Amino acid sequence: MRIPCPFCGERDAAEFLTIGSAPPPRPAADAPMAAWHDYVHLRDNPAGLHAELWQHIHGCRQWLRVMRDTRTHVVAGAEACRR
Amino acid sequence: MTRLATGGLIDRMQPRRFTFDGRGYQGYAGDTLASALLANGLRLVGRSFKYHRPRGIWGLGSEEPNALVELRAGGRQEPNTRATTAELFEGLVAHSQNRWPSLRFDVMAVNGLFGPLLSAGFYYKTFMWPSSFWEKVYEPLIRRAAGLGRAATAPDPDRYERMHAHCDVLVVGAGPAGLAAALAAARSGARVILAEEDFALGGRLLADRQEINGAPALDWVAWVLAELQNLPEVTLLPRTTVFGAFDHGTYGAVQRVADHLPEPPPDMPRQRGWTIVAKRVVLAAGAVERPIAFPGNDRPGVMSAAAVRGYIHRYGALPGRHAVVFTAGDDGLRTATALRDAGAEVTVVDPRPEAPAMPGMRVVAGARVVGTRGRLGLSAVQLDSGERIAADVLAVAGGWNPTLHLSAHQGGRPVWDAAQAAFLPGTPPPGMVVAGAAAGRFTLAACLADGAAAGLQAARDAGHDGRPLDLPQAEDEPAGLRALYHVPGRKAFVDFQHDVTVDDIALAAREGFRSVEHAKRYTTLGMATDQGRTANVVGLAILAEATGRGIAETGTTMFRPPYTPVTIGALAGAQTGRDFRPVRRTPLHAWSARHGASFVDSGAWQRAEWYARPGETGWRDSVDREVLQVRRAAGFCDVSTLGKIEVVGPDAAALLDFVYANTMSTLKPGRIRYGIMLREDGFVLDDGTCARLAKDRFFVTTTTANAARVMQHLEYAHQVLRPELDVAILSVTEAWAQIALAGPQARDVLAQVTQADVSNAALPHMACLDAAFVGGLRGRLYRISFSGELAYEIGVPPEAAEALADRLLAAGAVPYGTEALGVLRIEKGHAGGGELNGQTTAGDLGLGRMLSTTKDFIGRALAQRPALVDPARPVLVGLRGAGLRTGAHLLAPGAAAVTENDLGHVTAACWSPNLQQTIGLALLAEGRDRIGTRIRVFDALRGHDGEAEVAAPVFIDPEGTRTRG
Ligand SMILES: [Zn+2]
Repeated sequence: MRIPCPFCGERDAAEFLTIGSAPPPRPAADAPMAAWHDYVHLRDNPAGLHAELWQHIHGCRQWLRVMRDTRTHVVAGAEACRR
Repeated sequence: MTRLATGGLIDRMQPRRFTFDGRGYQGYAGDTLASALLANGLRLVGRSFKYHRPRGIWGLGSEEPNALVELRAGGRQEPNTRATTAELFEGLVAHSQNRWPSLRFDVMAVNGLFGPLLSAGFYYKTFMWPSSFWEKVYEPLIRRAAGLGRAATAPDPDRYERMHAHCDVLVVGAGPAGLAAALAAARSGARVILAEEDFALGGRLLADRQEINGAPALDWVAWVLAELQNLPEVTLLPRTTVFGAFDHGTYGAVQRVADHLPEPPPDMPRQRGWTIVAKRVVLAAGAVERPIAFPGNDRPGVMSAAAVRGYIHRYGALPGRHAVVFTAGDDGLRTATALRDAGAEVTVVDPRPEAPAMPGMRVVAGARVVGTRGRLGLSAVQLDSGERIAADVLAVAGGWNPTLHLSAHQGGRPVWDAAQAAFLPGTPPPGMVVAGAAAGRFTLAACLADGAAAGLQAARDAGHDGRPLDLPQAEDEPAGLRALYHVPGRKAFVDFQHDVTVDDIALAAREGFRSVEHAKRYTTLGMATDQGRTANVVGLAILAEATGRGIAETGTTMFRPPYTPVTIGALAGAQTGRDFRPVRRTPLHAWSARHGASFVDSGAWQRAEWYARPGETGWRDSVDREVLQVRRAAGFCDVSTLGKIEVVGPDAAALLDFVYANTMSTLKPGRIRYGIMLREDGFVLDDGTCARLAKDRFFVTTTTANAARVMQHLEYAHQVLRPELDVAILSVTEAWAQIALAGPQARDVLAQVTQADVSNAALPHMACLDAAFVGGLRGRLYRISFSGELAYEIGVPPEAAEALADRLLAAGAVPYGTEALGVLRIEKGHAGGGELNGQTTAGDLGLGRMLSTTKDFIGRALAQRPALVDPARPVLVGLRGAGLRTGAHLLAPGAAAVTENDLGHVTAACWSPNLQQTIGLALLAEGRDRIGTRIRVFDALRGHDGEAEVAAPVFIDPEGTRTRG
């Protein structure tokens, strides 16, 4: 698989680490326990376009938000989490 | 001998001697093992998988289902090698497979008499019997009876390589379509890789006798290759099979660099595994002739018609002098002509009533072959008219199957084309176009035109423009075909390698295995090493007929990589044994080795575990001495493997407050704080120290094991969770050699190696400073302690490490290794790898009070979950007692050793030379309440059952006065 890193260009997936589904926004410090539970444990698992987090560990070390189709592996785009 | 006097692409001036089953033969340079065997008149080359039926050579290339041999000997012995692809070299040694005691007399051939027992689904049916019967009787019997070659038992002596390449256009296959595509693309200036599995380029042009531009087609091949070889952006890869199409234009290929040599020269790998990233791909892999299933169609001497004329034209080898050609179409007639021209007597059997007359041979129109005769090879052919024709070769032409596999590796389903009686490529992977025979355009003129157009378009799509090729002149051969897949009767083989017959497929259909995927698994059709390249379409046609459906409706099974078998060596490359991954050595590695260290693997690192001295009889002698030396005088330890991270910037303190459970922003410059990090789920991630070097600059240390994870964690916390923070994070692990100096005399030793003021006032506990060292070195001093003694860590540039170690040794400190380090930390009750196991909370480790209640930090919320603050959770305690071993389980005295009674486990244990007893650390339920009581220590794995006394986890200096002294 090839991941289009916005900093380094298109690179082999072996240069990256992924944690899978991109988590939702982190809850506020005073959010109820249920919100934290959802944040840490619940993830989307769609058959189709999926937002994922990948880190270019053997490159620029930037965390990327990658839109990838889980059925075809087509990557629709990748953007840096911190711009 | 059946070698023709002239003709072929072999070099008769270069004889090659070889042996088959111990007997010597001779072939020529340019031969394959198969062509050399045929040229020596050998037809019987193997026994079949299940029934041990005699088998000969069927095909011409990598599709060969039958002629599998063991090649070479010793560590290079290679089972299941297709004789049709093995290049002949001087001294080649080959053996037939799956026969006992000999190829001509195989006692296991009686399996054939029990054929019904081994029919479709017999594995599954046999499994229905009592399992003990299977294990004791059937499996050993089947393992002895069925099977292919034997793997080598000695290690592989050869070297393998991995190669990565990028190109504009990858052309797969160097037949007429592939050569035209490569030339059209290359002339545009595109970077082209042309991969061909054969050792010679030309594809079918090598095996057929055709003309291009009015001259022999091979002249055109030579002319194209000459031009391609002179273009700097073109890479020609003969002997290279592209075996898989993977995501996003990534292709796997294996290049047989030295398979054609007796053994690889020292500078050459045996094979090279390629990963090729291609912007565009032209798949021009050609097509493979399929058999017709009729009774006795597996007898040696029954061959693919296209292969027969290939052996004549390319190798000057005549497979038989009395030939029958059984052809369902015009293509087989070309074989008949080739046989006739080579001097054979030829009869054509053609099911078409309108079959054309052929000069110089007899044509039996509207007829079929219904049987064969001959014990170990063909002697006669039986026709449906009742006529029997004496023959030593039967050439069978059942039509062509496009080699479309790579087009389907990404899920594109092949499409049945009834007019051509062939599956054609469906939707190929993005960036791929299929050209020539692989796309169902079978004539030479069509292949050349198709390839040229595909190559140019591929180059344009990859950003290079060029002019269309002037198309060479070639003919459109007649390609009339009547779809004929099988002739009724028993023992009509579909999958030669797995001994699957027409009857097996019909039986599967009757038993309800109507889905092609089910029928495949039930009969094992197409599951042998050739993946059914000759068998599948015939099998599908028979299944379609048996289930009353069309072939299109029946569909194909999935195509998956690899296209042909790939050796593990080519995938692994050089990454074997010690080279499996890089070894990390500290700057003091060589110094430690010179001072008697032995080393232990710690992840990728090698760390000194102890420093043996003359007279010490075992590792315990060394470790006990080192521990006592630290507690009584001073020792130093290489801790360069600890993760070291600099966190810099105006918001550095804010980020660290967010990732540490305790507060770092209140730390003053020049001071150090112990810290723990949690995961967001509330469990402990790692611990370490954090030194504030300046207001906006921190130096964070991690455990050796978690260095990479903590770095990723900090980057995640910054980039994903707190992107607004202005901070930079840099791993500096390898920028510093780090040495821990510990013991009551540590300050005296330190004073001898540095010019800095190291008094308690200038450098108190948990302080740090920049320091100059004797000899002009610069570095840093951190007053921190892991052992519980007065201790420092000294950081110097890596190139200064040995000089520093020499000075510490001269000043009276001794080196100690990781074993002594472990004993010291257990004696002091510091958490280590056994306790930081990803399942412990700060509270479990006695660090619950470090969790800040005044700020947000990662893990704060979920660390409050009821189960994580349950007072009954196992917590860190100490143990004293003989026989303690890490991993032993803890039970109440007298309680049965069952899971429900489990109270925890021993996380670390050692002999304490200071306490003169075995001590340990453990995670024990209600552990603090059990201090002073006895506990049962049960270790079923190593057969220990004893007792220990529960103690506070700090065995040495619980008040911490030594550290502060
Ligand atoms: Zn990058």
